[in-house]
Parts: sequence; C-alpha cells; structure tokens
Amino acid sequence: MSTPTSPGRPAVPASSPAPYAAPRAATSVPTGRLGIWWFLASEVVIFGGLVTIYVLFRLRHPEWGKLAAHTMTVAGAVNTLVLLTSSLTMVLAHESVERGNLRLASQAMLQSVFAGGVFLVIKAFEYTHEIVQGFTPVAGLFWSFYFAMTGLHALHVLGGLVAILAVRRAVQRGENPHRVEYVGIYWHFVDVVWIFLFPLLYLASRG
Amino acid sequence: MFDWLPRAASTYAHDIDGLIWLITAIVGVWFILAEAVLVFLIVRYRRRPGHPAAYVTGDRRRQVAWILVPCVAILACDLIIDGASAHVWEKMKQTQPKPELEIRIEGRQWAWIFVHPGPDGRLDTPDDVVKMNEIHVPVNAVVRFALRSSDTLHSLWIPELRLKQDAVPGRTIYGWFEATRTGSYGVLCAELCGAAHGMMRGTLTVDEPDVYRGWVAAEASPPPAAGAASPATTSAASTSPAAPASTPATKGAIAR
Amino acid sequence: MSHDGHAEAAGLWSRIFSTDHKVIAKQYLFTGIAMAFLGGILAQIMRLQLSNPGHPVPGLGVVQGIKYNATVTMHGTVMIFWVAMPLLLGAFGNFLIPLMVGTRDMAFPRLNMLSYWTFFLSTVVLVSSFLVPGGPSPVGWTAYPPLSAIPAYSGNTWGVHLWILAVALELVAFLMGGINYITTAINLRAPGMRMRDLPLVVWMQIAASIIFLFSVGPLVAGAVMLLLDRTAGTGFYNPAAGGDPLLFQHLFWFFGHPEVYVLLLPGLGIVAEILPVFSRKPIFGYRMIVWSTVVTGLLSFVVWAHHQFVSGIDPRLAAPFSLTTILISVPVAVTLFCFMATLYRGSIEFKTPMLFALGMMAVFLIGGVTGILNGSAAADIYIHDTYFVVAHFHYALIPPVFFSFFAGIYYWYPKMFGRMMNETLGRLHFLGTFLFVNVTFLPMFVMGLRGYPRRVYDPSQFVALGNMGGMQILATIGTAGLLFSQVPLLINFFGSMKRGRVAGANPWRANTLEWLAPSPPQHGNFDEIPSVYRWPYEYSAPGRDNDWYPQHVAPEGALSRKAG
Repeated sequence: MSTPTSPGRPAVPASSPAPYAAPRAATSVPTGRLGIWWFLASEVVIFGGLVTIYVLFRLRHPEWGKLAAHTMTVAGAVNTLVLLTSSLTMVLAHESVERGNLRLASQAMLQSVFAGGVFLVIKAFEYTHEIVQGFTPVAGLFWSFYFAMTGLHALHVLGGLVAILAVRRAVQRGENPHRVEYVGIYWHFVDVVWIFLFPLLYLASRG
Repeated sequence: MFDWLPRAASTYAHDIDGLIWLITAIVGVWFILAEAVLVFLIVRYRRRPGHPAAYVTGDRRRQVAWILVPCVAILACDLIIDGASAHVWEKMKQTQPKPELEIRIEGRQWAWIFVHPGPDGRLDTPDDVVKMNEIHVPVNAVVRFALRSSDTLHSLWIPELRLKQDAVPGRTIYGWFEATRTGSYGVLCAELCGAAHGMMRGTLTVDEPDVYRGWVAAEASPPPAAGAASPATTSAASTSPAAPASTPATKGAIAR
Repeated sequence: MSHDGHAEAAGLWSRIFSTDHKVIAKQYLFTGIAMAFLGGILAQIMRLQLSNPGHPVPGLGVVQGIKYNATVTMHGTVMIFWVAMPLLLGAFGNFLIPLMVGTRDMAFPRLNMLSYWTFFLSTVVLVSSFLVPGGPSPVGWTAYPPLSAIPAYSGNTWGVHLWILAVALELVAFLMGGINYITTAINLRAPGMRMRDLPLVVWMQIAASIIFLFSVGPLVAGAVMLLLDRTAGTGFYNPAAGGDPLLFQHLFWFFGHPEVYVLLLPGLGIVAEILPVFSRKPIFGYRMIVWSTVVTGLLSFVVWAHHQFVSGIDPRLAAPFSLTTILISVPVAVTLFCFMATLYRGSIEFKTPMLFALGMMAVFLIGGVTGILNGSAAADIYIHDTYFVVAHFHYALIPPVFFSFFAGIYYWYPKMFGRMMNETLGRLHFLGTFLFVNVTFLPMFVMGLRGYPRRVYDPSQFVALGNMGGMQILATIGTAGLLFSQVPLLINFFGSMKRGRVAGANPWRANTLEWLAPSPPQHGNFDEIPSVYRWPYEYSAPGRDNDWYPQHVAPEGALSRKAG
C-alpha cells in the first residue's frame, strides 16, 4: 500500500483515504447550495416533463373533467395547507440555525417532519378511498396520470422526510448546520410541485 | 454504370433524387475542401527544425473573419438546402392532388393488408378487393392511401416510389403517390416491428389502367368468402396481442 | 508503516468504494472498456450474419428473428449508454475536471462514488438481461412502444423490463455525476482561475452535463411510464386505452438528440486539449469555440423531431425542425474550423494522441456532412431507417467516442498510470482503426442509398435493390479488422503499466494544471493548491525561452491573482 511520503503532502492515512471536503467557493454561492440548485434543476425537468405531458393529454380529453370530480378536493386542499405549513417550519429552522439556536432548529424540523407525515397519511387515505371506488391506476388514463404524478410526488415527500431527519440528527450533534438550508430548499421544491399538481389534477379538471 | 439509387418510379421520386444530389453536391464540395485544407495544414506545418510555431490566438478581428466568413457561406448553403427541401416536402406531404383511387393499407405483425375498391370504385362495399402483401395500382394515376396499424409501429417503404411512412396504431395517416412506370416493386417494412420484421414485405404491381381494371374485376367476382378477411372486421380481433400471428394467412406470409 | 490484517481489509474496502475522483475515473474506464468489447462482439455477430444470410454464425446458430433484434438492440444500448457515457464522461470527466481546475477532489466525493456504483448496478442489471428467459430486449435501443410496451408484441417480458430498469439507473447515475461536474468546475476552481481560464475540455464537460441534465428528465418520466404500462397495466402508450405511442418518441428524442452532443462535446474537448500541445500553438479562437458550444447546446434542444419526419407527426413541423437541424452545422463548423486554424503555422508532432485527434477531425467531417442529408426532411423520407442512417451515425459517433477516447487515453495515460505508452504500437493501433472504420461504414452509405432497411437479418431478400453481397462482406471484414486492431491497444495499455517508460509530471510539456501534479497524482492531487495566472494555451509565446508557459507559473514579480 502506497504511503504519502513526500514532504508537504497532506497527512492522509493511506489505508482509508477520506474524502476531501470542498475547500472553497470560487463564486459567491456556497458549493452545497450550488449543488442543490443543479439537483433541483434536474428535478424540475422530470416533473416539468410529466406535467407537460399531462396538460397536452388533458387538452385533448375534456371529458376528464368529470373523472376529476371523483378526486377528494377537500383532502387535497388540507394537504396543500399542511405542506405549506411544513415549509414555514423549515424556514423557521433555517432562521434558527442562522441565529445559532440549534435546539429550536431541530424542533422546527421535527414539526416539518410531522407535517410531512400527516400529508402522507391523508394521501394514503385518499388513495384508499379512490381505489375502493374502483378508480385504480388502470381505470383509465386520467387515473394513471393521477397516481403516477401524485405517487412520484409522494416518493419525493418520503425522501424529504428521511433527508430532514438525517440532517436533524447531525444538527443535534452540532454538525453541518448549513445543510438545514439545503434540505429546506429541497423541501420547498416538493411543496411547489404540489402547488402545481393540486390545481392540475383536482381543480382545473372540473369543467 | 452503377446506379446509386433504385430507378425512380413515381412523380415525386425525381424531386427527392434531385434534392439528394443537390445536397450531396453542396456538402461534397465542402467536404473535399475541408479535408484538403486539413491535409494541407497537416503536411505543411509538420515539425521541421528551424520552423517554430507562431503565436496566433485567433482573437484579432481579421483572424475571427477566417472562421466566420466560411461559416456565413455555410449558413447560405444551409438556407438553400432548407428551401429546396421544404419545397419538395410540401409537394409530397402537404398537398393532396385529386385522387383517382383510394386504397386502405394496414400493417400488422407481420404482413401488409391492402384494401382496393372494387369495380364500383368505392371502399367499404362488398366488392372490395382485400389482398395480403399485394397491392395493385394503375400507372399515372394519383393514389391516395389511408395507413393504419393494428398492433405495433410499421413503416410502409417502397424504395422505387421514394415513399416511406410510419403506420401508427390508433391513427390513420393519409398520403399519396403516383406511379409512373409499370412493373412490380418491393414493399418493405422500415420500422422494427418484432420478430419477423425482416421478413415483412409485399409486392406493388403497377399496371396499365385497363389491365388494372381487369385485375380488379377478376378479383372482385369470385366467391364472397374473400370478404371475410376484410381488415375492418379482423383488425378489432387482432388488437388482442396474444395471437398476433395466429391467422393462417399471416403465417404463410412469414414463411415466404 | 505496519498494519494488521484488519486494517488491510478496511483499506481494500475503501479503495474499492473509493471517493477519490481518480479511482472512480478508472472504475468507469475499466467498466467502459469491458462493455466496449461486449458491444464490439455483438456488432461482429450481426455482421457475420448479414454477410452470410441464412447460414449459422459459428457457435450461435442462425441469428434471426428475436435473436437478431436483441443483438441489434443490445449493441446500440451498450455502445451509447455503457461505453460512450462511461468513457467520455465517467472516465475523462472524473479524472480531468478536479485536476484541471486545480482542486483536490470533486465537490461531492460521496455523491461521486454513489454515481459510479449506481452505474455499476445498472451494468449488472443490463448484463443479467442476457441470462433471463427470453434473452435481452429485442425492441431496439429506441424502445418504441407499442412494441416495447406490450410484451406479447415483442415476445419478450423480462429482457425489456430489465432493459428499462438498467437504462433508468444509468441515467440517474450520470445525473448525479453531472451535478458534481458542473458544481466542481464552477465553484472549485483554483485561486486566480477565471471561467475563461478553464481548459476547453472542462467547458465541454460542463456543457455536456448541463445538456444532459436538462434533456433527460422527460425521458426518466417516460421510462417510468413505460415500465408502468408493462407491469401495472396502465395505458400511457396504448392507443386502445387512449394513450399515444408517439408520445414516447418525443420523450426519447427530446433526450436522444441532445445526447449526441453530450457525447460529441467531450470528444471535441479532448481534441481541443491535444491540438495545441502537439502543434505547440495556442488554440485558435477560444472564445468562438466556447460560444459555438453554447449555441450547439441550445440548438440541440430544438431538433429532436428530425428523427420523426415520417413517424406520423404533423407535416407542418418538418420545415422548422429541418431548419434548426441543418443550422446546427454552423456552430459545429466554427469549432472544427478553429481546430484546423490551430494547426496553421504550427509545429506539428505526430505522436499517437495527435494522430487520433487529427483522425477524429477527418472522420467526423464525414459524419457531419452526411447529417445534412438526414436533416433535410424530404431527403430523409428516402434515407430514414436505411443503412445510410446507420453509416451516418456511426461516422458521427465513432470519432468522438472512440477516436477522441483513444487520443485522450494515449495523452493522459502517463498522468493516470505514471508511465508512457508505446508509440509504435500506438501508431499501429491508429492505422488499423482508421482504415477499418472506413472499410466498415463506407459500404453502408452505398447500401443505404440503394434502399436497404436497417434491423433486417436477411439482406439477401432485397436483390431487387441490387446485389449488395459484396458490400456486406466488405463491411464484415471491416468490423473484424476493427476489433482486431484493438489488440495493439490492449497490449500497449496493460503492458505499459509495468514496462512503460516512467513519465514524470509533465511529459508533453503542457500547460494545464493536471501536469503540475505528480504522475500518477496522490489522493488530494496537489501538494499545494496552485494559483492560476493565465489561460491554458500559452504556447510559443513571443519573448520566452520555453515554448510552453504553464497556468500555475507566476510571472516574474507578480502577486497571486485573486479568485474571480
């Protein structure tokens, strides 16, 4: 096993070359934030593609309006509120980190996780309700879109919950508090996607 | 002499051939020029003692012009090609001369079904002539076709006519051609459509008008059982993908 | 240093699951090379069948029907997604970007590791599809539904499932990689390195990653929908259920055409690094090349429907897509002309990297000009889905994917492995490759013009289009020769690791930062992070004794440049 011997080299144990942390930002944007923005750009294209496809189909099928009447608008509206609230608590978490209050930050993140959990429970309730009525993902193209789009979004919510919990654990130990901002940016994105999905799938279809 | 393209046999074949040769000539000149300059530079500026490289960054206005002037010329050539191309495209795809004959074509795994109007000259009547892998048209007559597919994508491909059009399930795509030479030509499938894609082919027979009329009359008169194979009735059945090749006639087509 | 067995095992583990960009680059490199041989063998199987129609290929029987379709599909899939991507982006992107911008590693080293292992998983899934009942996917690398959406049409269930899964995983892997490349090149530049001091290959890698990132999303969504159609019974692409088969074509080519530039740009970038070094001249028109790259990237998003001129789309769409497609020749020509002008008044040394770089330009010209014929909607009616297209895209992709890759390997091998490769073997490799690429693909233009369709296993049935048996045999000889020509490369590549001349840090007297690091660079790359004082192409500058002037060498009495 090679050993770094020449003078002046960073003292890194050869057996476990640890990853180097990104050293510096050549632009004014922190590297982590830049990475998150590019990640979200790729997500925007995935959801953007899906939404565009749906809209194109929807324009060709005015009769889908009647199907959309079977979605649970009230549940969807409550869920919109729930997600918006969770975004608010993420902003509070970020604020608290900025002010150095990691305890409050960790508390606010827990509130976001709770709200995200409520969102998923309501969503699951909606799915169950629709499926027992016979509106399964294969009951027609509208329902295929409905389940595919909200399902993909729900997976993102789930991923977000895991990410927030992971960041929260580190923050409680005082590590990487700047990641609260990054996971927050992601969480707002998930929120924004829902704000597109809710009117498209629940409301605009009533015509 | 060796013919690069198959002998043209439709009214617009010459337009396409002309376009292909026009583009080939234009890009051919550029290609030879570019390769010649490249080879010249490589040979001329190979390393020789006493000839150090010059410091040229290509940022001066004159140096930029070396690049941009040829590129403006390329742009001009592009626009010529685009113009000629759009013209031919419009003639082939965006205009519909008054048809003298309408034929319905259906692609399926793995055969072409051609529905010719019977002696009454109309489709969807009992005297329709339904043929598998066999299409007959009169020479010098505008033929309008309605192209469908009952399973996967297919692509109607008749090289001598310079005609190619995908068949898409769920859509009817219209097109036209006017054959200018009598004879018989291959009808191929140009879009991957499953196991026997490579064997999916038929024959186009271009006849003198009276020969064609005679063929239609002869085909239409025999027993009405021929009508049973009408794709109008079979297409619904064949959307079931479970047995796309189960009809004996289709099997025969695969076995050539 | 002494260590017990436990530490040894931990060390091995951390070297396999390494976060070091150079190790990850080599992992991509070796995976890509292995897959290249798989792809090459699949090509050879097709060629053997085509030149001897109806007769068995040794050891495989007659490759026809589903078997032939699967061979075509897997050849295309492997070459694009598992050879071109890992070699050009995975290997060179990973190896070069941190070294060339003067940093110790990627911005997110763990994400980088995750990206490779996701790619590795996708490779396993793809290769395993050869082993499932029914064999690998036979629905074409474009996987057009309904053939791909309804198992009964293709006669294949698991092969296509696994194909979609593998491709989706592969796309996700390169999405993660791309985020890393972009962030690293933007934010981890060494002190003093402005964007206009970036080597062109880094520019091209960023451009390729951004193009990839913005084009792949809809296809990821489309692939999920296809998988749902196949497994859950939805009908997104099934006309009987109200779906639309053409939708997938749009999603596929919205990604598929930009993908061509995702591969072409890094290939051009490698050439842009090699030309100045071996002609001892600055690159000609740095800014023009960067701008034409940007324009190419933007245009590449509005050309996709040129793959669908005869697919049944609205005929009014043909003219605009034809226009944008043909216009892309202008920015690409700017780049190529700048490359040629770089040679002007140079002092060209014909080392193997330079041979391949020049060969890339010469061969790519054929792919470029024949693209105009395909781009013209009306001419495409005739050419579409014939061998002409096959010849065209091989001429467009082999130069960036293989010529540039070979050029890059001969050029950066000393940096990767610390030793020089053998020049004689390199020249032999170049001559064989250059000759046999043309022997393989020139005949296909002729066959295509005669109307021979693609993806057909028995060309003997088209005798009406002219007897092309001789051309088929010629192309088969070409493929065999091409494969055989890679033997000197293999000998050279593996032999030089032990026996090559020790390279030293900067064997080519080049300017870019990677040549400051030792060969091979240690973990962390640089003893000390360099400062950058100039652009990367300061060769034969007037008034200097040396004909090169590295980016990190401070001018006499200068202060360190501030980051900008």
